[in-house]
Amino acid sequence: MSISATSIRIAGLEAIQKKGWLNAHKWLLLRRFSQISILSLFLLGPVFGVWIVKGNMSSSLTLDVLSLTDPFVFIQSLLSGHVVKTTAIVGALIVFGFYALVGGRVYCSWVCPINIVTDIADWFYRKLKIKSPVHFSKNNRYSLLAAIFLLTAVSGIMVWELINPVTMLQRELVFTMGFSWAVILAIFIIDAFISRRAWCGRFCPMGAFYSLLGKFSFIRVNALNREACNDCLDCYVVCPEPQVIKPVLIKADVSNPVILAANCTNCGRCIDVCSEDVFTLGMRTAKFSDIAK
Amino acid sequence: MNTSTNKTLQSRRRFLENISRAAGGVALYGFGLGLYSQQAISLPSQSIRPPGVVNENDFLSACVRCGLCVRDCPYDTLKLSSLGDDVALGTPYFDARKIPCEMCEDIPCVKACPTGALDPELQNIDDARMGLAVLIDQESCIAFHGLRCEVCFNVCPLANKAISLNRTHNQRTGKHALIIPVVHSDACTGCGKCEHACILEEAAIKILPVKLAKGELGHHYKLGWQEKQKAGESLVTPDVPHQYNLPEGTSYDYEGEGLIPALKNNSKDINDTPFTKSAIDRLNEGVN
Repeated sequence: MSISATSIRIAGLEAIQKKGWLNAHKWLLLRRFSQISILSLFLLGPVFGVWIVKGNMSSSLTLDVLSLTDPFVFIQSLLSGHVVKTTAIVGALIVFGFYALVGGRVYCSWVCPINIVTDIADWFYRKLKIKSPVHFSKNNRYSLLAAIFLLTAVSGIMVWELINPVTMLQRELVFTMGFSWAVILAIFIIDAFISRRAWCGRFCPMGAFYSLLGKFSFIRVNALNREACNDCLDCYVVCPEPQVIKPVLIKADVSNPVILAANCTNCGRCIDVCSEDVFTLGMRTAKFSDIAK
Repeated sequence: MNTSTNKTLQSRRRFLENISRAAGGVALYGFGLGLYSQQAISLPSQSIRPPGVVNENDFLSACVRCGLCVRDCPYDTLKLSSLGDDVALGTPYFDARKIPCEMCEDIPCVKACPTGALDPELQNIDDARMGLAVLIDQESCIAFHGLRCEVCFNVCPLANKAISLNRTHNQRTGKHALIIPVVHSDACTGCGKCEHACILEEAAIKILPVKLAKGELGHHYKLGWQEKQKAGESLVTPDVPHQYNLPEGTSYDYEGEGLIPALKNNSKDINDTPFTKSAIDRLNEGVN
């Protein structure tokens, strides 16, 4: 693949030289800020006794008013045959609506703490120039999602929540830390040394669910300035789902170069590393004619 | 023409390949997950749940593991199961030996639950069934050694209803009483105060999940005395009062006195005993 040939160069170096370190890390820093501050909000209560947010990311209560529920967990509960109380229904609808607008997998890149782990794993992968010995299909996550939904409906219990490493880490960071660190370490080792981007990009059914949820979201990354692209491929190297960039950059006959693929996480890393500012974050409806303004 | 049929063949093959691969994947995941979940939901004895949980399987379909009940528990009784604990991952439970449930009247844990996994219908904490106290080790319980303890009875919030004391004969000494605590499942909420207070190194009375603790009578069983009460009369031919065939002048006494000669003329004179002064006459009365 052409990607491995270019991975010898340091992705984003050109952008740092041209735009400055801060501008070449703007979205990454914003994302880390978002992830850490959301986690901190949950930790303020148990650590400092300041109860702004109670609960965890599966379901929470903010300032004793705003109740939010994770739609993925909510749907599992529905499928297993539980008649959910109104509080959770409203909470799940709010969260559902939010991600349906801003992009489903925004959850993965801006909220989920596992993303920090897998991003670091991928950083190791690139720095140490590891070659993954194992490859999995990107569609694995959808098979797993289907299996989970099927099994939940058949068994009548939320089977995935008995092992879900995503909710487990979110929960154990805020409540008591059990052995979940071992599972997180396993995910790190697999991602860094065995199969690149295996968890978030191949297996996580939660990410798969959120990708479907945000399939028609409004906020999208576009390549309206694709004329400026110098084919450095830095964006491919850093993108957690590189397949989503291909249609807007490579296909010549694209009229609206907007990344519409459901698995784009709107992480904005491609915007950071592009020295030519090809990418911008905009609306789904962005057109070439928009840059004329 | 040839290339187009080739293409359709190819795409068909790819389609079938993808479908079968997906189906295989789903089956594999499903199998693994199914096996694991069977193990994970095998009701461990530590699954003592917050108030408002009726059935473990229903609970595992309703609880989103958010821990809001844990946060609103004023006594830090509840905790979430973390990886490595026996209880189903992430679900709330408590260890009564460490911190029992204080049975708050306003039941804040149930109010905090956003999904209804803790049944909002539960209004009276006395109706909660978190588990069931079982005096599981009669060999260690000092009440069975004839010692006065009754701590479990005294701390029970529903003493005399959930735990009562049952006095029996101490066969070892032959002259003392054993005062045995007895749990009644129709009143015990499973709060665990008894387990918490048990004076032994390891509690002799323990809270178990109701399903583990309770037996179940065969549904075809009818208890005669209950049926009789319901019907207001005996369902079979009424019992005929027993006719004793006793020696003349004697009657039968229930209170352990045995066969006694009937008193003559209801006399109150202390000297007017039914017994004759002569031992020979007494023997001849036929009394053994």
